[in-house]
Amino acid sequence: MVEPRLVVIGAGPAGVRAAATLARAGRPVVLIDENMRIGGQIYRQPPPGAERPPEALYGFEAAKAVSIHRALDGLQDRIDYRPETLVWNARDRVLDLNGPRGTERLVFDRLILATGATDRSIPFPGWTLPGVFSLGGAQIALKAQGCAIGRRVAFVGTGPLLPLVAYQYAKAGAEVVAVLDTSSFLTKLKAAPGLLTLPKLFAKGLYYLAQLKRRGIPIVEGVEGLAVEGATAPQAITWRHGTTGGRIECDAVGAGFGLRSETQLADLLGCAFAFDDLTRQWLPVKDAEGRASERHLYLAGDGAGIAGADAAELAGERVALTLLGDLGSRVDAGRIAMLDRGLARIQRFRRAIEAAFPFPHRFHASIPDTLTICRCEGVTAGDLRRQVDGREASEMNRLKAYSRLGMGRCQGRMCASAGTELLSHWRAAEVGAVGRLRGQAPVKPIPVAESSPGTMA
Amino acid sequence: MSPRGQFVRLAERPGAEIHFTIDGTPATARAGDTVLTAILLNRPSLGASDFTPHDRAGFCLMGACQACWVHDAEGRRRRGCSTLIEPDMALFTKWMPPHG
Repeated sequence: MVEPRLVVIGAGPAGVRAAATLARAGRPVVLIDENMRIGGQIYRQPPPGAERPPEALYGFEAAKAVSIHRALDGLQDRIDYRPETLVWNARDRVLDLNGPRGTERLVFDRLILATGATDRSIPFPGWTLPGVFSLGGAQIALKAQGCAIGRRVAFVGTGPLLPLVAYQYAKAGAEVVAVLDTSSFLTKLKAAPGLLTLPKLFAKGLYYLAQLKRRGIPIVEGVEGLAVEGATAPQAITWRHGTTGGRIECDAVGAGFGLRSETQLADLLGCAFAFDDLTRQWLPVKDAEGRASERHLYLAGDGAGIAGADAAELAGERVALTLLGDLGSRVDAGRIAMLDRGLARIQRFRRAIEAAFPFPHRFHASIPDTLTICRCEGVTAGDLRRQVDGREASEMNRLKAYSRLGMGRCQGRMCASAGTELLSHWRAAEVGAVGRLRGQAPVKPIPVAESSPGTMA
Repeated sequence: MSPRGQFVRLAERPGAEIHFTIDGTPATARAGDTVLTAILLNRPSLGASDFTPHDRAGFCLMGACQACWVHDAEGRRRRGCSTLIEPDMALFTKWMPPHG
């Protein structure tokens, strides 16, 4: 029997566990990742020369990070690991790659997509100024580069990442001038019972907040009307809070409102999608064992719905066992039951997290017409509203064609969420009813000279 | 005098000092810095943006937003957050025709 060609895309916690599980079962596997080193964003390893001790980089999660970084040790003979390689197109059983070996075409039999997530942004006045970064970006500057994004840094948005990154900055010696959370104290208090389903994670969140307060860093909960002042660079951040408001001088801002799954490849491969009411995002459909609608495709980790790094590890191993079972290999039923129990526990916790840090989608209703929504193409909220009204652009792909939203270099990664919410609020339509941007190859820019078909790998 | 950088280095690490240029002006960074880091330690931005009146400095730092591209001496575009700085690199924040 010819050995089936197995491929895993993404070398974060999900992809690494998936590839290691397949390799340990004796299966050769190709592991493709855009980063220079394994670990994904959460356990990102600094480039050579920028290394620091794991405790300094990953804090409480150092042991988990090191475990992921070492998960492929001893399995190298079965894992064809391809770093710095972008999968820029995918269809049927064919992947187009661009990496150090140039452009290649890779044919596969079964594929695990572990494509991860990026920050979800909400545009606010000043968000395009140099010095305003995504929250995840601010964390990468510190973790992978040992740098702060500025001298006086404000962190804004919501979600568990917000107090964590602020704490990491303060601990590293950066000046954190404010932490502005759009979720109110009461909202969080109501979600506390659900958060206690994973008491250790809950305790860590409280610890970060306590450490910020101990350092005298202002934490404001329930903020609205965020804006960054400055003509050429950030000078201050302002907000409203009930009937009052505030202003603090800063020269950098990290902003993030939860995460969004990277789903372009699942889309190009023809996976069915469904709208997830909990996170207000379209996600590729998967069954309880991690199979996509297309039976040769499997999904794991944050790319298939935000659940965090611990869940990604479990799901990566789980989906690899599903795949092995589908190939006719014997798999350990006890192990599968354990993984499923762990995933179910985290899913309950995730619902509490979404309740504690709700995505403040109502902000999109009050975005001023002059504000840039699409950073790549300079499309403003007013441009979008005019197309919605004047040309009946009531669906996202129609709105894209008329306005160029999502047509730029980022392919909608930074603006599709905001565009969709803005359209939904402007039309007073459910956000799940205004459509989703179709995936388009290349999923990220590649040099045109390199896009001609290469050799069959 | 050149304007001060947007980024601030907080942590000591092993990488050796690297000399490179930004728009022809000599600058220094350390091995292990990305092109984005190397420039933003020396400059407030990565150059003009196509659509906003102010400059751009990247946004996501993880290869998603595509707002950190700069040019090298051959005129090729390099994504700042995923390209490592190398000795004697000549980086341009606006497009310059290749020499020769």
